[in-house]
This record gives sequence, C-alpha cells and structure tokens, in this order.
Amino acid sequence: MLRFIATRLVQSLVALAIVSVVVFVLARATGDPLYLILPMSASQEDFDNARRYLGLDRPYVEQYLSFVGRAVTGDFGISLRARRPVGELIRERLPNSLKLAAFAMGVSLAMAFPLGIMAAVRKGTGVDRAAQIVSVLGQSLPTFWVAIILVEFVAGRWQWLPAGGISGFSSYILPGFTLGWFVVAGLMRLLRSGMLEVLDSEYVKLARVKGVSERRVIWMHALRNALIPVVTFAGIYFAILVTTAIVVETVFAWPGLGRLAYEGISSRDFPVIQAVVLTTAAIVAVVNLGVDCLYAIIDPRIRYAR
Amino acid sequence: MLAEPAALARPEADGAAPPVARGWRLPLVPLGIIALFLVVAIVAPLLGLPDPQEQSLRNRFKPPVWEEGGTWAHALGTDRLGRDLLSRIVWGSRISLAAGVLTVLLASAFGAAVGLTAGYYGGRVDAVLMRITDATMSFPVILLALILAVTVGPSFTNVVVAIAVILWARYARVIRGQVLTLMQLDFVAQARIAGAGAWRIITRHLLPNTLGTLLVLVTLQIGYVIIVEASLSFLGAGIPPPTPAWGSMIAEGRDFVTSAWWVSLFPGLAILVVVLAFNLLGDWLRDTFDPKLRQL
Amino acid sequence: MSAPVVDVRDLRTHIVTRWGTVKAVDGVSFALAEGETLGLVGESGSGKSMTCLSLVRLVPRPAARILGGQVLLDGDDLLARSEAEMQAIRGRRIAMILQDPMSSLNPVFSIGMQIREPVALYHRLRGRALTARAAELLAAVRIPSPWERLRAFPHQLSGGMRQRVVGAMAIAAPPRLLIADEPTTSLDLTIQSQYLGLLRELQRQHRFALIFVTHNLGIVARMCDRVAVMYAGRIVEMGPVRHLFTRPAHPYTRALLESIPRLGVRRERLTAIEGQPPDLSRLPAGCAFAPRCPSVMERCRVEAPPETAVEAGHVTRCWLETSPGASG
Repeated sequence: MLRFIATRLVQSLVALAIVSVVVFVLARATGDPLYLILPMSASQEDFDNARRYLGLDRPYVEQYLSFVGRAVTGDFGISLRARRPVGELIRERLPNSLKLAAFAMGVSLAMAFPLGIMAAVRKGTGVDRAAQIVSVLGQSLPTFWVAIILVEFVAGRWQWLPAGGISGFSSYILPGFTLGWFVVAGLMRLLRSGMLEVLDSEYVKLARVKGVSERRVIWMHALRNALIPVVTFAGIYFAILVTTAIVVETVFAWPGLGRLAYEGISSRDFPVIQAVVLTTAAIVAVVNLGVDCLYAIIDPRIRYAR
Repeated sequence: MLAEPAALARPEADGAAPPVARGWRLPLVPLGIIALFLVVAIVAPLLGLPDPQEQSLRNRFKPPVWEEGGTWAHALGTDRLGRDLLSRIVWGSRISLAAGVLTVLLASAFGAAVGLTAGYYGGRVDAVLMRITDATMSFPVILLALILAVTVGPSFTNVVVAIAVILWARYARVIRGQVLTLMQLDFVAQARIAGAGAWRIITRHLLPNTLGTLLVLVTLQIGYVIIVEASLSFLGAGIPPPTPAWGSMIAEGRDFVTSAWWVSLFPGLAILVVVLAFNLLGDWLRDTFDPKLRQL
Repeated sequence: MSAPVVDVRDLRTHIVTRWGTVKAVDGVSFALAEGETLGLVGESGSGKSMTCLSLVRLVPRPAARILGGQVLLDGDDLLARSEAEMQAIRGRRIAMILQDPMSSLNPVFSIGMQIREPVALYHRLRGRALTARAAELLAAVRIPSPWERLRAFPHQLSGGMRQRVVGAMAIAAPPRLLIADEPTTSLDLTIQSQYLGLLRELQRQHRFALIFVTHNLGIVARMCDRVAVMYAGRIVEMGPVRHLFTRPAHPYTRALLESIPRLGVRRERLTAIEGQPPDLSRLPAGCAFAPRCPSVMERCRVEAPPETAVEAGHVTRCWLETSPGASG
C-alpha cells in the first residue's frame, strides 16, 4: 500500500514539473509585461532598471530554476501589478475557491447519490426519467448563462439571495449551485449505470439468495462496487470545479483563485499567472492522489495487486 | 424506498407488454436539430437575413415579434446596438459549430494516435506518453485559453488551439484503454504471426475497432467544446467582436436581463438546444455501440 | 414418500421478451424427501436454472413472472408468501449455490464478512461467537487455516476454494433444501471430484434435500438418487437414477445417454441429437421434442403427452409409453 502511494506521489510530482515548465514558457513567451507596468513616459534606462530589479534580464533557465526553487517554499515573487507578494494573494484567495468548490461538491454529492441510486433501483419509472432529464440538462446548460439569469432574478428581482461577493452562508448558494449543477448530472448518471450493472451481478443474486434484506443488498453489497468509478470521477470533477471556477467567480464577484487568475492574465502579471496555474495543478494532483488512495481502500483488488 | 424482487400475489394472466428494447430506433429529434443547425449555418449567407453587424441606434432593444413593439423585420428582437438578434444567432452558429467540430476533430485525431501508439507499444513508450497525457489533462482549459487570448490576442484559431491542445489527452486515455483490451484478443497475435508490422496492425486491425468509441467520444465532446467556446467569448477571451458569437452576445445582454431579456436569453437557448442535441445523440451512440463507455 | 421436504406442483414461469413470451418453466412437478438428491438435467435453455430461481422466487423481474403452481416447503406454499416472509426463508430454509465461483462472491468484501453476514442473520450471533462460527463453517467445508482465510478477499482464493466458501454460506443455517446450480462446471476436474464428495458428506450430516442441476450425466450417476430430465420447460422423464440409466423411457433421455462416448465400445460415429434446441417463444403444439424425435408419431405433433407412469416412481411424458388401456 505504501509503495502504491509512493509511486503515485512521484508521478504527481513529474506531472507538476511538466506543468511548471509549460507555464513558465508560456508566461515568458507572451510579451513584455513592463509595458503595462511602467508609465508611458518611462525611458529606456527605467526599463533596464526595472528589468534588472525584477530579474527579467537573466537567462531563462536561471529564471526558471530560481522560480522553482522559491515556489517550493511558497514564495512566488511579487505581483507586478499589486506590488504584494503573490504568495499572500494566493493565501487570501485560495481558501475562498476551495470553500466554494467544497460547497458545490457537497451539494452535488448530496443530490447525485440518492438520485442516481433511486434511478437504478426504480429503473424505468418516473424517478428514473426525471433523473435522466436532470442529468442530460445538467451537462447541456451553459453555466454562465444560468448564472446570470439566477443573479438577475433570484438576487436582483426577488432579492432572496446575495448577488455576489462572499458574505456568509447564503452567498454560497447561488454560485455553489451553478458550479455544481453539471457535476450532479455526471455523477448521477455514473452512479445509475454502475448500480444497474452491479444489481445484475451474480454476487448480488447470491446475496439475495442468502436472504439478505433488499435494503442491505442495495446500500451495502451493490453500492460499494458501484462506487469505484464514481470515486474516480468525483475526484476529477472536484478538480474541474476548482479550475473552471473562473467563469462563476467572475459572474458572482467571488474573491477566489479564478478571479485572481483573470486579473493576472489581463495585466500580464507573470508571477501571479505562474502561481495560479501551479497552485491549480497542485490541487489537481493532490486530489488525484487522494482519489487513488480512496480507490485502493474501496477496492481491495487494487491494494493487493501490486 | 426498496425495490422488491419477484413478488407474487396470485397467478396473473399473460398479456404484459413486452419491455421495449432501447437503442435501435434512431434518435430523430437530436439528429434533426443538429441537421437543422448545420444546414442553417452553412447556408447562412443565402438566407436573406439582415446584416448581423449592422448597427442602428434607432432600432435598439426592439423586443421579439410576439411582444408589444416587435416586428417581423427583427423576429427575435435587437440588441443594444440595434443589431438583429436572429441574424446574429444564425451567424454565431457558424462560429460555435465550426469551433466545436474542428477542435474535436483535431483533438481526437491526435489523441487517438497517441493512444494507439501507447497501447500498442506498451512499456517505456506507454509510460512516457501517459505521463505527458496526465500532465496535460490536469491543465485547466479555460485558463490556457485565457492566457493565449490575452497574450497573443483573442481569435478563432486561438480558441481552437487552446482547447484542442488539452482535449486530446482525454481521447488518448480512452483509446489506450481500449487498445490494451484489444491486444489481449487473439486476432492481434494472429496478425503478428502472419508477419504484419506495427503500422499495419495499428491501422488495419486496431483502429477500426476503436472507431465506435471514437465516434461516441467525439459526439459527446462537441457539446462540451461549444460550451467552453461560449464561456471564453463570454469572458472576452474568445471570438473577438464584432463577429457574433453566442457567448459574447450573452455577455452583452448581461446587464439587461430583466429589461431586454431576449438579448441574453436566445443565444443561451441556442447553446442549450445544440449542446443538448449533441449530448442526446452521443448518448444514443454510446448505448448502441459501446455501453461500457458509460462513464463518458 | 413420507412428508416430502419439497413438493413442487405444476410450477409455471414465463418470461416476456421482445420476441414473444418464453415458457421457461411449463408445468413442472416433483417432490423430494429429506436427504434425497434430485438431479435436474437438460440442455441450456431447458428451464433448469429458471426452475431453481422460481423456487426461491428470485426470477429476474420485470420480464419474468411466476404464473402459477405451488411450491410446498415442509407443507408451506412459498408462492403464497409475501416478499418479506420469503426473505426470511431464503438462506435459512432454502439455500443455493450458483455456478460461477468467480462472480458469486462480492469482490470488495472479505470472506469473513461474507460468511458472518448470513450467520449473524440466521443465528443472531455477535462478535467472537460469530467469528468462531464462521471459522467453523469454513472448516466444515474443509478449507485449511480457516481463521486466516476469514481475512482474505475472494480474488486471493482459487476457484475451488471460492466454491467451498459459497458452500459454507449455504449450509450456515442449515437449510432444509439446498439447490446447487451447476456448482462444479467451472472447476477443474480433480477439484470437481473433491467438491462433489464434500457435498455428499454435508448432506449426510445435515440431511437436507438436494437439487443438483447439471448437464453432466456422469455426475448424476454419482450424486443423485433420482433424476428429472427437462426439455423445453417441461420434465419429460423422472425417476430413480438406476432406472433411467438402464431403462430410459423417453427418446430424449435415450439420446442423451447414447451421446456419451463410452470406453471400450467402438463406434463409427459419435451420435448427436438431430436438430436444434427449440425456440421457446414458439413452441409447437404437441410434444416439444417431436421435431427431433427419432420415434415420432403423428399423434406427437398434435397433442402434448401427459405424464404417465413407466414403473413405480418412474414417469415420463411420451406417447410411446401410453398404450390404450395402460394406466396414465
């Protein structure tokens, strides 16, 4: 089991390294940020000074290595625009994104599980149809469209919930639902098809033959097996939630990582861009690692296979 | 709350309707919708619609024809700058569909190639390719597209490239998985014994067997790409104005959702309908060809 | 026979498919006493498995439905019971062993958990006593090091061991009736023999009635006291094993016996049964075997033969056995 975790850890680090290189290259290749920072009247000497100060005149490889070196300690440099340590900015914004993603994930799971299982158990009935409609709609609706409609009506016209910003539990609801909607769709259909397949299996048949109650058959014997692909996808979806929150954060003025990224990109703020992408990738890697471990716990075949 | 296995009350008469097998009847509605949009997108210039970019401050915010003040000249109303909405939606469909199809074709071609190679050769090649694939998959699409848009400038090409560059990884993973299963089957071994080389085996034996899966994936992904493109346009990082794109149209109408609701509503509906159609079609394809792909 | 443990009367189960209604079990009747073994023989599709599922009322809904008949377990009609009552009966009074040990055990739970579950259910044991009983059961099916095995997972065991575990679960109660649906078909030959011996021994100990489904006549000869031959959802011949082997009454039974190659007997060609298994959704009027029967008569195609006695305890459904004036 430990070997399993170790291998996965190494693989994650390799993936992160690749991402960091890509990010570094991209950020550098996109143009000179100094034009945005220095005022129009700046002379060539000012440019050179600024360049030296910010370390932008050293060879790329050196820049990369120092970047990685400091990144590992949490030092991402100074934001070119905000003149504050990027690490600080991230520390401020990241928790907000995580909280939102966690909320959205929680809501989605709470909805997807019962719906998915019921849809399978009561296949072909009204519940099943309804679930399938929810599922297909969830994956076809453009989030931002739903978001602005919700903001306008629920927050604007009817004033039931806050329109944006982060301000206590009720402010999580709209953005959380908007974000989580498509996760519900995906997870639910996964659960449904997984359960359908498992409910048909020989071991479920045997469990029934043994006289195990139907409730136990569904919630223990069947579900445990159907969970395996669901767990993997829940992890992926969580990562997606964190990374595609840009749109939702923008619409709902949520002070999270996504908005930070947007601002950073608009102002060619290298350090911020780099930091955000790396952080995102790290989150994804951690989540994947967690999912793999969870996977190993649920399915003993994985544990003992290595 | 509980489902119950065979419950017998008393002998019942025969005559229950046979359970209809799903999957073999063509999904006409989604296919029809897709065909409609495709046709309209292609013949857009011939349709005699008002110029989508023609501004007319006199005609600002005209409501759709069934509302008071609406006219048939602008059946779905006009936007903030007096541009005809119906026409913009039609022209916008060209962008969305083109983006969707192109991106997916690119990504799937490249991804399938990688997947086939990794699956066939296995070992080192497989390990390296899969590391790269995994790293790629963890890169956020929208972020990348934003970066490209802001640095190189927003354009159609950038959108397609940005998405395709990350999307291929999905195909690679799935196809590789399929190839691994196929490799266990005897016909590959047999081809080898008969002296077939790698290229032949891959193209003549493995590829045809993965086409079904590819088709399902492609169809299911078009909807996703259309939504991403729309999201990018919404954020201002997609197709630049004045070219009509559904996402930017929604963004433009954002401040008037309660007053001039049609400006944001109709483009959003268009996205919904098209993506829905592709998803339904993709679902049907998957149920018919390869139910094992349920997780997609 | 004195108070049979199991008495099935005119059991009928139909399956509705998109091609028509399949009469999977079409008027099956038999009875079994304590400690007796009935072999259920037939080709695939003959209705053997569906009969077993009907006995425990686990036919695959919604397509399959038990239409009629009686299943008396110690005089108690199971078909009249409610689902909740059936659940209490399953495992406790009737147990079943399925064919494929690879798939009958839940891959994500340990062996111990899967054995403890029924034991806890039937005997209300907990904790140490529960685990001890589970280990006892494993020992009873001759699994070495039972205490360690409790912690193992199904994928760590061989096929033969898995099937023994399933056997252990089956005798946990112990049941009045044990249904074994081709339990050895997926096992290696040498293991098969051991397993059959084990079953026999367990039966001697616990005195349950055993229904043994198989398509292998050799196993029938070894394991069974009586045998019922099924074809197209009906029992076409039933009687003591000896009698069926020495004086088969039904052409189908005869054909089955003849198709077994025998050592020491030289033959030019292997005999197979002519024709194809019947399409169960479109059975002809009359005897279902008529299209393939070497001794078919006009009457066979028109009228389905009733059950007639060949000798004491030996019945068949064949017009050949029914002569005018003979008892029917």
